[in-house]
Amino acid sequence: MARKLVIIGNGMAPGRMLEHLFEAAPGRFEVTIFNAEPRVNYDRIMLSPVLSGEKSYDDIVIHGDGWYIQNGVTLYKGHRVVAIDRAARTVTSDQGVTEGYDRLVIATGSVPFIIPVPGANLPGVITYRDLDDVNAMLLAAQSRQRAVVIGGGLLGLEAAAGLGARGMDVTVIHVMPTLMERQLDPAAGYLLQKAIEARGIKVLTKASTKAIVGDGKAEGVELADGTIVPATLVVMAVGIRPNAVLARDAGLSVNRGIVTDDRMATDDPNILSIGECAEVGGNVYGLVAPLYQMARVAAAALVGPGDVRFVHADTPTKLKVTGIDLYSVGDFAVGDDREEIVLRDASAGIYKRVVLRDNRIIGTVLYGETSDGAWFADLQKKQADIAEMRDTLIFGQAFQGGAAADPLAAVAALADDAEICGCNGVCKGKIVTAITSKGLTALDDVRAHTKASASCGTCTGLVEKLMVLTLGDAYNPAAVQPMCSCTSLGHDEVRRLIKAKGLKTIPAVMQELEWKTSCGCAKCRPALNYYLVCDWPDEYADDYQSRFVNERVHANIQKDGTYSVVPRMWGGVTSAQELRAIADVVDKFAIPAVKVTGGQRIDMLGIRKEDLPGVWSDLQKAGFVSGHAYAKGLRTVKTCVGTDWCRFGTQDSTGLGIRIEKFMWGSWTPAKVKMAVSGCPRNCAEATCKDVGVICVDSGFEVHFAGAAGLDIKGTEVLGLVKTEDEALEVIVALTQMYREQGRYLERIYKWAKRIGVDEIRRQILDDGERRRAYYDRFVFSQSFAQVDPWAERVSGKDKHEFRPIATIGYAEAAE
Amino acid sequence: MWHEIGLLADIPRRGARCVTTPQGRIAVFRTAEDRVFALMNRCPHRGGPLSEGIVHGNSVTCPLHNWVISLETGAALGADEGSTPAIPVRIVDGRVAIRLDESHRIAAE
Repeated sequence: MARKLVIIGNGMAPGRMLEHLFEAAPGRFEVTIFNAEPRVNYDRIMLSPVLSGEKSYDDIVIHGDGWYIQNGVTLYKGHRVVAIDRAARTVTSDQGVTEGYDRLVIATGSVPFIIPVPGANLPGVITYRDLDDVNAMLLAAQSRQRAVVIGGGLLGLEAAAGLGARGMDVTVIHVMPTLMERQLDPAAGYLLQKAIEARGIKVLTKASTKAIVGDGKAEGVELADGTIVPATLVVMAVGIRPNAVLARDAGLSVNRGIVTDDRMATDDPNILSIGECAEVGGNVYGLVAPLYQMARVAAAALVGPGDVRFVHADTPTKLKVTGIDLYSVGDFAVGDDREEIVLRDASAGIYKRVVLRDNRIIGTVLYGETSDGAWFADLQKKQADIAEMRDTLIFGQAFQGGAAADPLAAVAALADDAEICGCNGVCKGKIVTAITSKGLTALDDVRAHTKASASCGTCTGLVEKLMVLTLGDAYNPAAVQPMCSCTSLGHDEVRRLIKAKGLKTIPAVMQELEWKTSCGCAKCRPALNYYLVCDWPDEYADDYQSRFVNERVHANIQKDGTYSVVPRMWGGVTSAQELRAIADVVDKFAIPAVKVTGGQRIDMLGIRKEDLPGVWSDLQKAGFVSGHAYAKGLRTVKTCVGTDWCRFGTQDSTGLGIRIEKFMWGSWTPAKVKMAVSGCPRNCAEATCKDVGVICVDSGFEVHFAGAAGLDIKGTEVLGLVKTEDEALEVIVALTQMYREQGRYLERIYKWAKRIGVDEIRRQILDDGERRRAYYDRFVFSQSFAQVDPWAERVSGKDKHEFRPIATIGYAEAAE
Repeated sequence: MWHEIGLLADIPRRGARCVTTPQGRIAVFRTAEDRVFALMNRCPHRGGPLSEGIVHGNSVTCPLHNWVISLETGAALGADEGSTPAIPVRIVDGRVAIRLDESHRIAAE
């Protein structure tokens, strides 16, 4: 029978331990996890990119809900364990759940250290530890006001850079003379400070915090010298403390952390401890590599006796701030028995320092150029004698043995046991073997199989070079399809960065995201224009020169260069007066063809461009507005006659269709959106192949989406059943807004839904009322700028240059 | 001979205007850097109106089938082959002028 394993904490260390355990001994344990955070296991190291906007929460989830189900793990989300009863071998959560265990793993991690100064508990003072902290910071950053980060270490600087990227005015307060003094020597700390300041972040060193001041909420930080730095947000990032309260209460031996032996066992043989809360060999750890080593050791210990033991090793430190390259490992204090080699290149902003003892490397600091980090660390780990290459050591691997400065050659020259991924302890040989034996060709597959570059990601370049070396041309590194040849970024990254960096013009996007061309191309410009229109409805000035001709002149270009015009017929309903007006326009402008469209309206074809304003003017007098038949936007809402006429109709489908169309017309979307409302399941309006459709039934309205009847044919997915028209409208609007915000330009709803997952869309739109309402509100806000009839604007003179030649040169003039 | 057609400011940046001539329509383009080019307003592919295309760098993308045409030479770029005549253009004091080939006129008469 399976033994019961209970884990307190659901961070990266226990997550990794379970992976090892399920691989080594599947089915041996029945696993229960208590997680104080209300969510699954995510990559805490990547919180900084989430804060800066370079990644989203979904990108950093390590184990999705499916993983727990697959492995039969019971996960109590949002349950904080309040007691361990070692005699009865049970744990109890704050929500009253009690579980018995055969073996218990305590992985309660750490708590942020709060400096005990007056005002430390004011609202507006937060720490930087988990996703809730990041969300709190993101909320605060929307104010674009001032933030103070207390602590100039790794976390503090990443927080400062993230808040800066979000548009806040940030000051870092650090008590020591230089930044990151535990990882960097003063020279590198100085360069780092310059680089941080170059991003517009102020840095105050040797500054000791005396109090947080404010009336009812944080308003500033008072320093020991009396200076007050104003701030609406104060982030305390001064360090962490092992969270050992629970273990201490249970009578386990606790020093700085929960004391364990080198097989991660506490002084109760049934209880292990891993992660930041554990103290092994007198050390506590905060970086991921040793924590993952603990996970490996603990998994082996749970499986049975053996000799996998925890061994201390120096862990390299890297700062995850985009554009700042920094690497440090080992010991770099000055001492009599030590020598150092230093290279400085002020103009290039490079500083390298290697500390030696007896011709062996004991410490390395690299700033500005860090590609040799793994090589130095490897020499240090092996305690290699560097006497022979001492003169050129500092120039890095490429200079040794006369090899050319080819980054691929440098990777090729690495030994098989050279460590590539520091976080996960993956060496070169393991990666190469995985690539060849499993036939891996994509970076994500290599990550999945080896874990290399799956944590902090800074070794991604090295892993990719190994793939190139191993696979040759078979490796296609463009895992993300770039938007176009003007950039290497994909649509999703561009959209995320537009929001994160607050980019509000096309030139700003191209400058900040390092576009390779001066003004883009016909693929990226319309896409960027749409993203900016969607993301900043009130601030962005629509760039018509970046729109396809149809959207620029609000008509559909035909193969002979003439245009077609389709006025809106709300819900496909028209009248004698409207039809008469159309007939008059057709006669007056000698329009050669008139056709009924598939979307229940009338198309006039073959209109000369010069005639467009005249045609629109006459149509406008009859009450018509643009049908947007040319737009990546809401096209038609097709309806049947519903309860008004039909003996089978269950609801007023015509009325609902008109209501939806009147609410949503004018909105721009990633690709065209066609809708329909059918009054009963006989579905005469063909709602089940539309982008969004409604099937009315006796009990309400069944909302459908993600159908297609073009290049692809696909029936819709059912989003869900709602009772009232109001609810149906809210759901449809929210769904459309979610698609507007997440869709890639020219990606129809059915393709977007396939990519995101129908369940996820249902979760956000139907199950999460708050989120649905937020989507709805953003759509309504955007509509206040979008619902302007473009035809009426042009009838009254807007863009009139579009519709007539700049000059006419006749025979008479040409003959002059 | 040279014919003045209007002001540089009459042509939108990264856009174009048309000139009607006895030889057919001529598209006059203005780039983001204010360089001005003129081409016959016919894509070498299916005759699409190049003046309606998106102007990027020194090229225009035809609105009908996305051929990319060099504004400098009128030649199709990339894998496509074909060319549309380029018309000489000059700017004096912000006024744009194009030169029409008179032999055409004689031939047309």
